[in-house]
Amino acid sequence: MIAEATTHSTPRPGAGDHSGKARPGGAMAAGEDSSVSVRDLDIAFGAHKVIAGLDLEISPGEFLVLLGPSGCGKSTLLNAIAGLLDISDGEIWIDGKNVTWAEPKDRGIGMVFQSYALYPRMSVEKNLSFGLRIAGLPKSEIEARVKRVADLLQLDGLMRRRPSELSGGQRQRVAIGRALVRNVDVFLFDEPLSNLDAKLRNELRVEIKKLHQRLGNTMIYVTHDQVEAMTLADRIAVMRGGVIQQLGAPKDIYRRPVNRFVAGFIGSPGMNFFDGALRSGADGPAAELGDVRVPLSRYDFARPPKADGAVVFGIRPEHIGLGEVPEGHFACEGTVDLVEAMGADTIVWTSLAGAPLTIRTDGETEIRPGETIRFSFDPANACVFDTATDLRL
Amino acid sequence: MSIDATSSREPPKGASALAFRSGSADDRATPSRHRERSATRGRKPRRLTIGRIGLYGFVAVAAAFFLLPAVVMVLTSLKTMPEIREGSIFALPESFDLTAWIKAWSSACTGLDCEGIRVGFWNSVVITVPSTIASIAAGAILGYALSFWRVKGADVLFAILLLGAFLPYQIFLYPMVRAFSMVGLYNTLACIVIVHVIFGLPIMTLIFRNFYAGLPVELFNAARVDGGGFFRIFWNVMLPMSTPILIVAAILQITNIWNDFILGLVFAGRENLPMTVQLNNVVNSTYGEREYNLNMAATILTAAVPLLVYFVSGRWFVRGIAAGAVKG
Amino acid sequence: MTAPRKRPSTASLMLVPFWLVVLVAYVGTMLWTVQISFTASKLLPVDVYVGFDQYHRLFSSTRWLVSMQNAVIFGVLFITGALVLGFLLAVVLDQKVRFENTLRTVFLYPYAMSFIVTGLIWQWLMNPGLGIQKAVRDWGFESFSFAWAVDRDMALYALVLAGLWQASGLVMALMLAGLRGVDEEIWKASRIDGIPAWRVYLFVVVPMLRPLILTAVVLLSISVVKAFDLVVALTNGGPGISSDMPAKFVMDNLFTRQNIGLATAAATVMLITVAAVLVPWIYSEYFRKVRAGAAT
Ligand SMILES: Nc1ncnc2c1ncn2[C@@H]1O[C@H](COP(=O)(O)OP(=O)(O)OP(=O)(O)O)[C@@H](O)[C@H]1O
Ligand SMILES: [Mg+2]
Repeated sequence: MIAEATTHSTPRPGAGDHSGKARPGGAMAAGEDSSVSVRDLDIAFGAHKVIAGLDLEISPGEFLVLLGPSGCGKSTLLNAIAGLLDISDGEIWIDGKNVTWAEPKDRGIGMVFQSYALYPRMSVEKNLSFGLRIAGLPKSEIEARVKRVADLLQLDGLMRRRPSELSGGQRQRVAIGRALVRNVDVFLFDEPLSNLDAKLRNELRVEIKKLHQRLGNTMIYVTHDQVEAMTLADRIAVMRGGVIQQLGAPKDIYRRPVNRFVAGFIGSPGMNFFDGALRSGADGPAAELGDVRVPLSRYDFARPPKADGAVVFGIRPEHIGLGEVPEGHFACEGTVDLVEAMGADTIVWTSLAGAPLTIRTDGETEIRPGETIRFSFDPANACVFDTATDLRL
Repeated sequence: MSIDATSSREPPKGASALAFRSGSADDRATPSRHRERSATRGRKPRRLTIGRIGLYGFVAVAAAFFLLPAVVMVLTSLKTMPEIREGSIFALPESFDLTAWIKAWSSACTGLDCEGIRVGFWNSVVITVPSTIASIAAGAILGYALSFWRVKGADVLFAILLLGAFLPYQIFLYPMVRAFSMVGLYNTLACIVIVHVIFGLPIMTLIFRNFYAGLPVELFNAARVDGGGFFRIFWNVMLPMSTPILIVAAILQITNIWNDFILGLVFAGRENLPMTVQLNNVVNSTYGEREYNLNMAATILTAAVPLLVYFVSGRWFVRGIAAGAVKG
Repeated sequence: MTAPRKRPSTASLMLVPFWLVVLVAYVGTMLWTVQISFTASKLLPVDVYVGFDQYHRLFSSTRWLVSMQNAVIFGVLFITGALVLGFLLAVVLDQKVRFENTLRTVFLYPYAMSFIVTGLIWQWLMNPGLGIQKAVRDWGFESFSFAWAVDRDMALYALVLAGLWQASGLVMALMLAGLRGVDEEIWKASRIDGIPAWRVYLFVVVPMLRPLILTAVVLLSISVVKAFDLVVALTNGGPGISSDMPAKFVMDNLFTRQNIGLATAAATVMLITVAAVLVPWIYSEYFRKVRAGAAT
């Protein structure tokens, strides 16, 4: 399995190195060296347009995560790539071939589903080999491939069982195995771990990550779990309403969200937002949040700021510190309203400029409600959005 | 026909106790649930209140109303004609006399032939078996195609079929007779089988479509990715999961086709008249003295097959009703 | 676009024979029937068009008018009777009575039998000389009369009674399923509020069972429209035409009286009547839900 998979995929730098690399060329050249390329995709169910004009290039060996709230069209996009639904317009290329109207089996993809979708009346072995038998592969070849996958996923003892006799984690491993035996370059995962309990989810997440590092296949992975997205992805595509809001490395998405939606969607607890206005003063620009003034001289503006514009100022709870105020940080005081101990962390609720503010601090804190605390953050870590467009400034 | 209860992918509401999938499991679950409920309703079941007495009174009357005809039927069939003429219809037979049964089976007269109801019995068997198999096959394939394969116009096809299920046969019969005559099939076994398949198609399609609509689409998608085509997915993935609905369909079709009268009368031809038609001939067009004991024996014999299906199938029969009791 | 377009799939090809069946056997025959109804056809269909003459004949025929009236009376009594009886039986069975399973079997078994069998059983029970009437009179109730099937005034009610016996179990089964689906919490809440059980049944449960009741009504209505077997077996439309029904009227004129034009006109009237009720029902009950549930 491993040997074959690597011969299929082009040599590439190790996983994780992609993030910084520039994506290949402009529109004309798009897809030349892409593993999966989606161009100007439209999908409608009846009159209901779910995806409109979506473009996406995924390079060989990349682990791409589609992240977004429920109903934003993640599954729809994945199913379109798999050929499981008819698209309204656009093109889909996989491995340099136009597969827009190809049958799912001819696209060179394997797919893992949220509900496992194992064939209930077949043994694990039959489940794994079903596709190969349909393809009419020789018996010896089928056996060899099934065996390799079984070894890879530790399914050896389970081959004769029916899916109903397996635990959730085992079922999902079989489902992954069913995609693996196909020896394809592209794997599609539709929320494969969301039916599992937290512990199993972590285990299998690690297993999938290892699998990707070993096989080097292209993987497109749908989830609405941020942790999965951040840990697995080379790049994350954050979607909303059928539109990709931001496509980039997990770190970029976290640090430099392009708009307020992405900023609020990533991170837990969510980013603190404050309405305010941008003012320019002698010491450079500053955000005025009510009677509080946060200097933004250290802030890296993405576009030249318009003075006096209404803005939304955001700062993540984990970027706010207590106690000592480092050089150049903005500091303020507030009364503690609520303290939520979460074990490893503690969430402290206070307020800034009249709006609630959460601070994430270590689990050992002694802070009590009613106390006045002094907190501080580096304005360079903040995000400032134009109120009118929601775009990051 | 319980379109609501079974059609959509929404979790079943009303008739959830009749849902197909968790078949035996929900049968087992019912008694305990019921126990819990009566406890919560706070009426101690054993205590005899006025209401409770009234309740059992009603139950007794109702049970008598439903049972009496069957009891009388059996009693009558075991009596001799003089006994019937002399005694009360409720009186027990003096001796256990099976003569009427034997006569009914092997020598009762339907018009001029006196070969008994057995002719009709075998005709019905010969009609029911292929009709049931063929109509289930057709309904399963169409139901599967309609629920998993996005085909243009499928909705229209299904709507026409559904509508057809509700219309009186009289609107279709005469042109069908003409059409079958034209191709030389009229009054043959093939003719009546085809007619049963045609008129069974709506209900069969409906129940299979609803059943397949309740299965996860992801299963179908997985099979598509594995390279399964229309028939491969049907045969290897869907059919092995369809046992419950196949049982329901078989129960529905066996009883529907066995109990059919009008289609057999019009399309089967003299040689193949089904048991119901023969029975009606035995009872309603005999000349000379009426033999009521024989009539009742013949009636019981005719009802025997569907009754057997009913008693053997138990709860499955009820499920069949809920799944789509669209029968005529 | 350079991409190859989608080929017709096996699934579309599979639908072709079904389309043929539907278009020929359902739509085609229906249109043909309507067409014949505008001709002067007697024994065989002819192409002499006579406009609405057959319909004039139809509606000046006493027999047709009586059978229409009978269908309405039978329909109203049969449907309300079966609904009420079936619902009562279901409620009773829902009270944790003993022998619940046996009772359910007893209430439902007639539904497994054909209308022919039902008709013949009740014909025997209503036999004027030897049936229940005689037995009861022999017990001393001289004026008791139960020979309904041969009584001009009662024959229609004989059909209703036999129909109720056969079909009430169906309603019972449907309703019982519905009652078992009623949320436990509702009973708990009503107990805490001190609402008597009968009120809960009437004002809370019945509205919840609305879809099932509608289903039952539709099913029973179909039996009314198709009422032919039961009539043939029990009264054969008699005495005289006192228990005739539209379906039987059509069958007689088609196959014994060689009056095809008239028969098809009658069938067309039946069709229109049913369609007038059905189309809105199917539309509202079915297609609305399909949208919500969305296939595939
Ligand atoms: N077969 C269908 N018919 C009509 N609308 C559909 C169909 N499938 C999906 N939709 C609609 O398309 C939109 C996107 O659905 P999709 O399943 O892709 O969401 P998702 O991002 O995968 O959500 P989730 O996280 O809940 O799985 C939703 O608004 C949904 O209602
Ligand atoms: Mg989804």
